[in-house]
Amino acid sequence: MALIDLSKREVHCKIVYYGPGRCGKTTNLLYIYNSMNSNAKGKLLTIETKGDRTLFFDLLPLNLGKINGFDIRIQLYTVPGQAIYEATRKLVLKGVDGLVFVADSLRVRRNKNIESLNDLITNLKEYNLDIESLPVVLQYNKRDLADSPIPTLTIEELEEDLNSRLNVQTFQAAATKGIGVFETLKDISKKTVRYVATKHLLNPNKQMEKAL
Amino acid sequence: MADLVLTGPALEKARSQINEALIEAGVHTVLLIDQAGNVVASCGKNRKDLDLTSLAALAAANFGATSQMAKLIGEDDFSLLFHKGKRDSIHFAKVGNELILVTIFGDEVSLGLVRLRVAELTGSIEKIFGQGN
Repeated sequence: MALIDLSKREVHCKIVYYGPGRCGKTTNLLYIYNSMNSNAKGKLLTIETKGDRTLFFDLLPLNLGKINGFDIRIQLYTVPGQAIYEATRKLVLKGVDGLVFVADSLRVRRNKNIESLNDLITNLKEYNLDIESLPVVLQYNKRDLADSPIPTLTIEELEEDLNSRLNVQTFQAAATKGIGVFETLKDISKKTVRYVATKHLLNPNKQMEKAL
Repeated sequence: MADLVLTGPALEKARSQINEALIEAGVHTVLLIDQAGNVVASCGKNRKDLDLTSLAALAAANFGATSQMAKLIGEDDFSLLFHKGKRDSIHFAKVGNELILVTIFGDEVSLGLVRLRVAELTGSIEKIFGQGN
């Protein structure tokens, strides 16, 4: 649910990083936080965690500049990936405008990826949202392990497991090194802002224009 | 959950009602947020050390978490929450289906007064945003 403030001329959008436990959602956010200029980012909020797991969510507010005179503000959220935190995952999805699904390239996590994607689809349905109508991108994380002896999934296998139905843009990443992190963020921000803007700012028949 | 479009007049009206009902009664900060954790309006002394974005995100999450607890014990929702601190306390109330009113006040203001004023306010704010959209 985007928030459009006509008096301050601001648009707030919410992007959620979703995926199985330990796939690197928080690592993505941390890399973005550490690399961005302090004018463009807010404070990174992480809720006290057990070990390196996310217990509730992480939040990073970003400022993306102006479109049509409107300041675009984006809030990046992550969810706890572990299956037992289903209730909190659902809460974080409330009002989502764009999604990044982070998949783990480790072969042992193959089923966890599929489970997590199905869990996402179910949770969205509870908010009457359809994954196919929302802006979504896929990130295949931990690609740097493909050359190591650790058994990893091939891109073809990941595509078949996760993208055969969605058919969305995919990115290969190694979030710990920052590879692919900004490419993913740029693409999902663009898609999310376009999605919100066509709904409200650019469509002359909508209430937004009337209100202006 | 529909997108929320805020118009200047609706926001102004909501702000003036919040100021009248709560800020003038001695409450130091009032936030109106949506359930996704966005700040719709903030009133009162905006302390520089207060991170409103994080506060709004946590307040919305807190509200969501307690409403799940409510469901577990067979309630639909807890429509208000109160956290008591040593100096400052925080009071949350649901406004319609989409918004939450967060009131932060010191020990010089009584909880009873806050509850009374918030109860009156939620109805009128709901009307403002109901008509505004």
